[in-house]
Amino acid sequence: MSIMTELANRDRVFNFLTPTDSPVDVRHGPILYLEDVTVSFDGFRAINDLNLTIDDGELRCIIGPNGAGKTTMMDIITGKTAPDTGSVWFGSRHNLLTMSEPEIASLGIGRKFQKPSVFEALTVFENLELAMATDKRVFPTLTATMKPEYRDRIGEVLETIGLKDLMHRPAGILSHGQKQWLEIGMLLMQRPRLLLVDEPVAGMTEQEMERTAELLTSLAGKQSVVVVEHDMGFVRSIARKVTVLHQGSVLAEGTMDQVSNDPEVIKVYLGEEA
Amino acid sequence: MWLARPLQERSTQLFLGILFLALIAVTALHLALPEGHPLHVSAYTVTLLGKYLCYALLAVAVDLVSGYLGILSLGHGAFFALGGYAMGMYLMRQIGDRGTYGDPVLPDFMVFLNWQELPWYWYGFDMAWFAFAMVLLVPGALALVFGWLAFRSRVTGVYLSIITQALTFALMLAFFRNEMGFGGNNGLTDFREILGFNLRSDATRLGLFIATGIALAIGYVVCRGIVTSKLGRVSVACRDAEARTRFLGYRVERVQLFVFVVSAMLAGVAGALYVPQVGIINPSEFSPIFSIEIVVWVALGGRATLYGAVIGAILVNYAKTVFTGVMPDAWLFALGALFVLVTVFLPQGIAGLLRKRRKTTDDGSGPSDAPTTAEATA
Repeated sequence: MSIMTELANRDRVFNFLTPTDSPVDVRHGPILYLEDVTVSFDGFRAINDLNLTIDDGELRCIIGPNGAGKTTMMDIITGKTAPDTGSVWFGSRHNLLTMSEPEIASLGIGRKFQKPSVFEALTVFENLELAMATDKRVFPTLTATMKPEYRDRIGEVLETIGLKDLMHRPAGILSHGQKQWLEIGMLLMQRPRLLLVDEPVAGMTEQEMERTAELLTSLAGKQSVVVVEHDMGFVRSIARKVTVLHQGSVLAEGTMDQVSNDPEVIKVYLGEEA
Repeated sequence: MWLARPLQERSTQLFLGILFLALIAVTALHLALPEGHPLHVSAYTVTLLGKYLCYALLAVAVDLVSGYLGILSLGHGAFFALGGYAMGMYLMRQIGDRGTYGDPVLPDFMVFLNWQELPWYWYGFDMAWFAFAMVLLVPGALALVFGWLAFRSRVTGVYLSIITQALTFALMLAFFRNEMGFGGNNGLTDFREILGFNLRSDATRLGLFIATGIALAIGYVVCRGIVTSKLGRVSVACRDAEARTRFLGYRVERVQLFVFVVSAMLAGVAGALYVPQVGIINPSEFSPIFSIEIVVWVALGGRATLYGAVIGAILVNYAKTVFTGVMPDAWLFALGALFVLVTVFLPQGIAGLLRKRRKTTDDGSGPSDAPTTAEATA
């Protein structure tokens, strides 16, 4: 957008006036702020006038039937998809719509995809080591040494994800659930401010689900966590606040009890199960 | 320091120990025992062993890219041959006016082709330091340009293998042409001396053998240094999950380019040491079959182990020497059969067999596919 057209928009904060290199500013409340976001693919409105606010340190669950726009929303936040209209702010300083995927990632938004993907030939420890937020260029990587503070950081994350006993085992031998935790650990190594987690418990056993619930709840407070999940039992076990998406916009928001008693929600979503 | 790290490793110490013992033993048996003694190592054998060591260094270079980086290069013969040609050009200039035609500057084949003056790209090759620098720089530069184009466009897997084959094939056709100024299909030969030492004397041959052994040791330590560094683990990460590695913030194409260029330079050094020992370099070294054969050595020895590549290269080439002496026609069949048998019964190669034995005797936790644990790097 050229400066001239921007100047014509007198009701907007000019992009060139907002500092972009400063750390995330959450003094004014929310860490993530989506306003009037719309995106359509070939005329189909995948996201329709979506408004969503995530507070700093919050654990938020997002539910909704298939096609409600959950994945598209994640794509917009991480910079993979550009919306047609609307604004997306990270803290009160960073306009995510002007940033590229790697810039957004380095700003502190980590995304966990549905399918676990870890480096199977490397050990659990080495997986975390590679994920650590350090200089990723070729020569610094060649000469990198394991500093005590790095080791401490990896130890901390190993403790959090509960894989300390397996740290020297190759990641390939881990169970499905353990791989998911390792991948969450790899995201944590980058010290994200906001974690986006896509269907973390798909394909997990009952115990693994419980462990995952503990893990995600323990993360909240230090990081903001947004979980997209289908499994209602799991959502009930972790959620403090739930947002229901339907046809690309927010249908209801509140505690699990509030939303599950909402007649609209029952009609479009829970109704299917009842 | 990343280069010092492998020297503290048991496996590298063992490898270097065995290599240096072998060098000393061959030297002693060659020098101390009189000819005709049953344990005497002849100058012919010394040169043959030197040739095996060149192949071993080449195999280590190929294992670095194919085993640890997941780039199956079927064109490493090209880097080997370019290093060999750089050395060959130096050796040609050393002949001076002792050639058949007695021209003080022009090599024999240029006089024969009626060329009046030296092509510009032959300048400087009368100086050893320049030629030896070219041994590293020419293969390195080719790998840099080729790799930059390929990795930037994210060409990997079988497509990359095919274009590396095309690369070496194209170079072979080019070097066959007399107009290129590299001696056409005869290549470069009739060498006399290297750094003032007569190439036909036994002492020079022994010296070249020892130099090759030292080059192999250095090459091994360099590769080991890379694979035990964090960059080595990033390489393995690129091999197994390229997209994921990129997502973590690594510039995958730069990692690939760096390792590929190092590997090409090592292949160039192997070629440069090979040429004075066999006495000739011609375009057949560029042949696609040769590049595929190198991959077979590595597969036979065991991928992603480095020492396996050395074992594979030496064993296969020893077998080749024996076989082509006894039944020359049967060699290619034997090589093919060997490859099939190894693929079916020893997917991890000979190194895998060694590892399995060690595992059953130690009963300890098995080593992973990974080079080493990050713990060891502390």
